[in-house]
Amino acid sequence: MNSIEVRHLSKSYGKVNALNDVSFEVERGELFGLIGPDGAGKTTLFRLLTTLLNPDAGTAVVEGLDIVSDYRLIRERVGYMPGRFSLYPDLTVEENLRFFAALFGSRVEESYDLIAPVYRQIEPFRHRRAGKLSGGMKQKLALSCALIHRPSVLFLDEPTTGVDAVSRSEFWDMLTQLKSKGITMLVSTPYMDEASRCDRVALCNEGSLLDVDTPSGLVARFGAPLFAVAADNMYLLLQESRRIREVVACYPFGEAHHLIAGAGFSPERFAAALRDKGVTGLSIRPAVPAIEDMFIKLMGR
Amino acid sequence: MRILAILLEKEFRQIFRNSFMPKLIIVFPIMVMLVIPLVTTMDVRHVGVAVVDADRSPLSQRMLSHLEASGWFTVYGDVPGYAAALQLLEQGEVDVIVEIPRHFERDMVLASPRPVSVSANSVNASKGALGMQYVLQVISRTLRDAQAEKGSGAAISDFFAVQYRYNEILDYRHYMIPALMIMLLIMLCCFLPTLNIVSEKERGTIEQMNVTPLNRMTFTLGKLIPYWIIGLFALSVAMLLARLVYGLSPVGSLGAIYLAAGLFVLAMSGFGVVLANRSETMQQAMFVMFFFVMLFVLMSGLMTPVESMPDWAQKITVVFPPRYFVGVMRSVYLKGTSVSELHADYIALAVFAVAFNLLAAVTYKKQS
Repeated sequence: MNSIEVRHLSKSYGKVNALNDVSFEVERGELFGLIGPDGAGKTTLFRLLTTLLNPDAGTAVVEGLDIVSDYRLIRERVGYMPGRFSLYPDLTVEENLRFFAALFGSRVEESYDLIAPVYRQIEPFRHRRAGKLSGGMKQKLALSCALIHRPSVLFLDEPTTGVDAVSRSEFWDMLTQLKSKGITMLVSTPYMDEASRCDRVALCNEGSLLDVDTPSGLVARFGAPLFAVAADNMYLLLQESRRIREVVACYPFGEAHHLIAGAGFSPERFAAALRDKGVTGLSIRPAVPAIEDMFIKLMGR
Repeated sequence: MRILAILLEKEFRQIFRNSFMPKLIIVFPIMVMLVIPLVTTMDVRHVGVAVVDADRSPLSQRMLSHLEASGWFTVYGDVPGYAAALQLLEQGEVDVIVEIPRHFERDMVLASPRPVSVSANSVNASKGALGMQYVLQVISRTLRDAQAEKGSGAAISDFFAVQYRYNEILDYRHYMIPALMIMLLIMLCCFLPTLNIVSEKERGTIEQMNVTPLNRMTFTLGKLIPYWIIGLFALSVAMLLARLVYGLSPVGSLGAIYLAAGLFVLAMSGFGVVLANRSETMQQAMFVMFFFVMLFVLMSGLMTPVESMPDWAQKITVVFPPRYFVGVMRSVYLKGTSVSELHADYIALAVFAVAFNLLAAVTYKKQS
């Protein structure tokens, strides 16, 4: 059974098309990632699904409830953690938690078992004002508040943006733990490397979904030879590679450049052509595609 | 109800935790009541008066000494003629010229004296007009006294019929203090809820509230009630100060004042929330608010009477809640008018209170 079903959803702000005919579904208990750069329409999608916005066209159903007609019921069942920290900075950690629990007619104690893995880490600071917490702690408090009414679906909009690498990894560990409690989660992130922590991911760009699949499924369907190339002058290498007809795309990727090869590409001829252009110290070897490669390939299409 | 209690607890917690707000709520009424009445006084003091005394009679001397004794004037008593007095006026030394004709006292017995002429420089209109009024008042009193002593039948008092009721000493403070209380309420109950809601929008916290099942009526009440309490508290402080410092207590009943103030505060805070719901940023909210507060302050009879405005402007003021409250406050404070006599104003305030608060709840959208 699907927890979230999105059908041909569109939303525009004036002339800007924030979301353009988007369809996908998320199964119950699934950890679903929305991966895409800023401006891909991720936040708009979240605001639609949490009933803060009404769509221009299309429908969406969350836990069997329509986002337009059943918005009141949806609000009782979903938790939302917006991209920007939006708890009361002048209330303490504990007060924020109690306040949001009370708004849902609940008490902190009733959901303590659910939030404990997250909340226990900030509990020593429960008398500190939320505004005075560090970025990672704020994020944990926000997650605790989003969970306080035992939602069946959790929407997390860029929860790891602006958080250090260790906290990011910890945060994903916490999400995996929550998944074991049967909570459906929709998580957006601009970081491609986080895709592998999701059950399935949707790659999105400029208001459209490029592809939806499991992380390994996406990579398996890459379907083109990929090489990692390096040279003494990396910038010259990048420029010259892009001029060669058989190269579909070449882009910086960590220490090397990744190169997607088209039909008729031969590493030997490529190396010879570049040597003629004055590129020295060239190395070229096959590479294993990652989500980011898939994303760039889909974007180029 | 339980949810409302939780919202109120949160609002008060935030207000008292703020390092600035509680101080403002206490200091604001104190400042307004202690400082503003002293500096915005329109009482005219040190009016220069040139007296051209062509009579030189005991009566004219008596007028002169009464003018001097009143404390409002700087009297130039020995001006040789009208031309000299006019020169003093042109130099800015005096604002009012009093000319007592020759044989004034003698002719008074005949009941047909040449009148005393009083002329005022009205470049500074309020100083001229008020100075003139003061002079007339003092002279008329002198003449009345003189007449009473002589038992003369001549109706001198017919020459001057100046009488001020309710604020007999024309103390500007008595006129201003109820107005200042109203300004205080406008500032606290219009601005504070507006800024509070817009700041929740700017900080994004309203978004977190919007995804909860909280209904908008409860949310709006949760925002308004704290400021009703604060407004009425500040009003009480102001009234206490008016009594302690200026000895001004309301002639009418406290109940009449609090009923009107309660309705007014309801109306104004509702208006503030409507504005907040329509504003995206603090700047926008502040600017629009200032626009309306300017209109309220200048056009509701706080400073100048509504009756002296042109007809079309008077018609506009019909939709300004402060207009009704100003009338009520002054009448109850200075005259002791009762609620039943002012029922039209109370009804108007009640209508505004209901209308603005309904509008506030309707314009608050949890969705966009």
